[in-house]
Amino acid sequence: MVKQITVFLENSTGRLASMCRTLALADVSMQAMTVADTTDYGVARIIADNPDAAIAALTDDGYRAKLVDVCAVEVPDKSGGLLPLLTAFDAAGVNVEYAYCFASGRELAVDILRVDDNEAAAKIIEQAGFKALRSSDLVTC
Amino acid sequence: MSAPHHTETIFQPALEQIERGELEALQLERLKTTVADCYTKIPFYTKLMDEAGVVPDDIRGLDDLVKLPFTTKQDMRAAYPFNMFALDPHDPAAGVQRIHASSGTTGVATVVGHTQADLDYWGDTFARGIAEAGGGPGSILQIAYGYGLFTGGLGAHEGGIRMGCTILPMSSGNTKRQVQMMHDMKVDILACTPSYALLIADTAIEMGYDPASEFAISGCVLGAEPCSDNMRKEIERKLGALVVDIYGLSEVMGPGVSCECQYQDGLHVAEDQFIIEIIDPQTLQPVPDGTYGEVVFTTLVKECCPLIRYRTRDISRIIPGDCECGRTLRRMDRIQGRTDDMLILRGVNVFPSQIEQVAKQFSELSGYYQLIIERPEESDVVTLEVEPVPAFEFDEIRRIEDLQRRIAAELKSNLQIKVNVKLVEPKTITRSEGKAVRVIDRREEGKNVRK
Ligand SMILES: [Zn+2]
Repeated sequence: MVKQITVFLENSTGRLASMCRTLALADVSMQAMTVADTTDYGVARIIADNPDAAIAALTDDGYRAKLVDVCAVEVPDKSGGLLPLLTAFDAAGVNVEYAYCFASGRELAVDILRVDDNEAAAKIIEQAGFKALRSSDLVTC
Repeated sequence: MSAPHHTETIFQPALEQIERGELEALQLERLKTTVADCYTKIPFYTKLMDEAGVVPDDIRGLDDLVKLPFTTKQDMRAAYPFNMFALDPHDPAAGVQRIHASSGTTGVATVVGHTQADLDYWGDTFARGIAEAGGGPGSILQIAYGYGLFTGGLGAHEGGIRMGCTILPMSSGNTKRQVQMMHDMKVDILACTPSYALLIADTAIEMGYDPASEFAISGCVLGAEPCSDNMRKEIERKLGALVVDIYGLSEVMGPGVSCECQYQDGLHVAEDQFIIEIIDPQTLQPVPDGTYGEVVFTTLVKECCPLIRYRTRDISRIIPGDCECGRTLRRMDRIQGRTDDMLILRGVNVFPSQIEQVAKQFSELSGYYQLIIERPEESDVVTLEVEPVPAFEFDEIRRIEDLQRRIAAELKSNLQIKVNVKLVEPKTITRSEGKAVRVIDRREEGKNVRK
């Protein structure tokens, strides 16, 4: 499991830049960010090196931000790399709410998966032969 | 001793439990007298009725009430000081005993005179409230409403007299002394405003008492300002007493026009003394029971200052159905706001308080709402902006959308119009004093832009 920072953004275009500024001023460096955008609002999901500092800085600046436990898995950076894991989740009835991935720069990609049952997911990741990452793994990767 | 165990008795069972047909016969008889008095004794009404083409003989049934013109607060201001009096205050034979007046904070005061009979009838209505709060003859009644032109203090006082209470006429102020007397004299019933009742309770606690267990007080008759459910519960908990809400306006009489019973589910209107109507403030047509609108009163027994179809500008509704207490007098809901706050959205009357009532059912929302009304084309677009509470799980989009959908559905079923719901970031809605729903109406701006 790793800690993801989720930020609720009203009209993401204007607020995104100022949110990033808040994080930069707090010396938080982002490894990945994705924005789920609707016509009315956006939800930014961030993987960063210091989630607690990030939450404190964002809350101070009036953002609604919270930490969410997500699965982080190392996958070979090639097509279909994640497929065996998703198939295993499906078979076990673990639902994936959303997923995104970023490259770690070592011919491996990091996939972030938000699931409805973290405990079950952790076991399946191990059984399926994937490497589950912790926050400390991401800082060095 | 004051764990609220209430054996409520009904002060005037013959009137408060009157059979409907009998009540209507009584109302009609009294209405005819009132209309005739107004027409013959008050030139303002002679002129008003002549202009409307209606004479007292046209009133043959209660249904004919709608033929009569309305009276407004503006009319009463224009009549300052005595032009709405049916009796001459300077005439010793007329028997005008007392004058009350509204505070007149926003203009000229409205002045109302009372004969002894008027005061007795008024006292009866307040005494019903004392009974509803669990009081009776011999109860010690502490009156901490201000005495004076304001109707609170002396209105409650009349109630105490009619009930046969022992009256402690404290008026408002000197709160420590209020507490001391409440304690030492074993006061049973308190009459004042809700905010003052809370101050008395808090002061008692500061002074080292636990009024809920150490004071004899068992009931409060509170009025003259709105009291939220939370505030009521707080007063009840701190004083260990039942709180009933009493309603009235100085133009119509004063506190007692309607009052809650121990079931606290609407205020029984003194229909033997007043006819209540709920109208659409735009069309001025009566609305069905259960629908919110402007409250209109016609007085039935007042000698000095009778009123025909007085528009209160207060928003309420008739609560359909019978009350568990056995009173047959119909109930009006607690006041939901003022007609000045009413919005017309897509041709439907909407009161911000209705929106607040819907929104506050959702525990996911903080208590601040902003309603934005726009008219990009021909039709109004209404958006309610809401702030989720910190605990709300917004990480999953479907939760946000689900919440928006549920709020919108609830608004649709309550208001009959479509309202878009938008979640916004914390503190983006400006906090405005006293009102939970802030309204931003941009419809006029839209028109200007198109021109
Ligand atoms: Zn009742």
